[in-house]
Amino acid sequence: MLEITNLHATVGGTEILKGLTLSVPAGEVHAIMGPNGAGKSTLSYVLTGREGYEVTEGTVTLDSEDLLALEPNQRAAKGVFLSFQYPIEIPGVPGLTFIRTALNAQHKARGEDEVSAPAFLKRAREVAASLKIDFEMLKRSLNAGFSGGEKKRMEIFQMAMLEPRFLILDETDSGLDIDALKIVSEGVNAMRSPERAMLVITHYQRLLDYIKPDRVHVLADGRIAASGGPELAHQLEAEGYDKYAA
Amino acid sequence: MISLSRALETGDLSLLPSRRDEDWRWSDLRGLIRSVPPQSQDASAHGDGPFTAVCDESMLIINGGSARIHLAEGESKTIALRLVSRAVGTQHHAQVLIDLADGAQLTLLESHEGDGSGYISTTDLDIRLGAGSGLERIVLTAEAADVIAVSQAAVRLAPNARYRQTTLAAGAKRERNETQVVHPGQGASVRLDGAYLLGQGHTDLTSVVTHTGEGGTTSQLTKGAVAGQGRGVFQGRIVVERGADQTDAKMGHHALILDDRAEVDAKPELLIFADDVACAHGNTVGQLDETAIFYARQRGIPLSEARAMLTEAFVGEVIDRIEHEGARDVARAWAMEKLRGLA
Repeated sequence: MLEITNLHATVGGTEILKGLTLSVPAGEVHAIMGPNGAGKSTLSYVLTGREGYEVTEGTVTLDSEDLLALEPNQRAAKGVFLSFQYPIEIPGVPGLTFIRTALNAQHKARGEDEVSAPAFLKRAREVAASLKIDFEMLKRSLNAGFSGGEKKRMEIFQMAMLEPRFLILDETDSGLDIDALKIVSEGVNAMRSPERAMLVITHYQRLLDYIKPDRVHVLADGRIAASGGPELAHQLEAEGYDKYAA
Repeated sequence: MISLSRALETGDLSLLPSRRDEDWRWSDLRGLIRSVPPQSQDASAHGDGPFTAVCDESMLIINGGSARIHLAEGESKTIALRLVSRAVGTQHHAQVLIDLADGAQLTLLESHEGDGSGYISTTDLDIRLGAGSGLERIVLTAEAADVIAVSQAAVRLAPNARYRQTTLAAGAKRERNETQVVHPGQGASVRLDGAYLLGQGHTDLTSVVTHTGEGGTTSQLTKGAVAGQGRGVFQGRIVVERGADQTDAKMGHHALILDDRAEVDAKPELLIFADDVACAHGNTVGQLDETAIFYARQRGIPLSEARAMLTEAFVGEVIDRIEHEGARDVARAWAMEKLRGLA
């Protein structure tokens, strides 16, 4: 599904990704672990096309299609979704309005019909209930004044509403207490399917107790330094990242 | 108040405000008007104004003239006042007296509509609010692009009167909407808002609120978005005179600059000569939050739509404060249409 080959990327002229190669097949969940400053968030922004993150070498394809040639919104329409480490507050735009605008923009880009208002609201109520989100909260400005946990839950809500094919979770567990972590993880696990793949970026092993990965990769100094099964996460938790330090 | 109409009437161009006049330095007219143009001829207007569908009655002034709106004690009305310019290279002046008896309630939906080019339009409004009366005045400007339009309102409130104003400005070659309020305190309250959305041209929102008595409130919020080579000017002054204690006054002006060549000049001022007052002002001029734009695009929203959505949300705070529902809908549609043009 997602193929990253020899990816080099710079931020403000500094090379952060230095030849990263990674393959995530459909139906699998891969975890990216690594020390602070290894390039984890840079990878998520390069994959989603954020301005200021310049690819200098290498390729990224989603189902054989060149992802790097597409605008951020076109990548979203192809099914790429990033759950932000720090979700953005948008005062003046109600959550439901924002998500409906996004959903219809994606449908339009794919040549599909708009979602009718009743169908959208019905689905929104179902998803909100499953994530224990008060529906009234969705009528308020998106994320404005929300707690860290509420913002993360809103990310998963958007993910469930937009039904992406390739999910990137950037430090989704940060700022969550155990109850919220369980709800969020259940929301993510409900999205697992043979047609979807996920990249779970995390500093700590804790999240992987709830979202079980098929593969674990260590990102250090801008490239994949080691790969293994779920046991690698436990090993990292016990031994730390010292042996991968540059 | 420097009166443009007086200069045009007498033909004495030295009376025109210039860069040297502090209150006009960003909207200089002397450099722009080299000779007094001839008077505009009578004309007729056709079609509806922007507020026609949401008012009880409509008044029309074409190419200048005078009008009086009087509401008797306890009377309540929504009146659309259309100030239409249909002129090419000429000038005209409108004089409007608005006079509310005690307890009267007026919603005034004022539109400045331009059809033509190169004209100079001046408007003076004399607005008097009786005790306990209320006026919500919504001003929408839609002048032709290459014209000079100056509107000056002098507002006087009696105790316990409520004056609320929202100016929605789209700019011209030089456009200025000036409001001078004499605020007696004593339970009277003022809301003085504005929104300007420019892709080109110039607009100037200038106001002076003078608190002369105890216990008055003023709340002011102006927001602007300027693209292209547009230039927005905000000058807000709140004066709290000696003895006007327990005055509560807030002023906010916040603008977005959407292009490198766009310009915003702002001068918020609080002049306080009384003790025991609560006054605050805030002023910001910045750009759209790039992180928020990326966030919206990551969810699938195209760049131009994301910019329009965020700008609309920014300006929406002003529009939400409009109390008349029909006028609020007109204002929201106006903002959406303007923003589509800017994005």
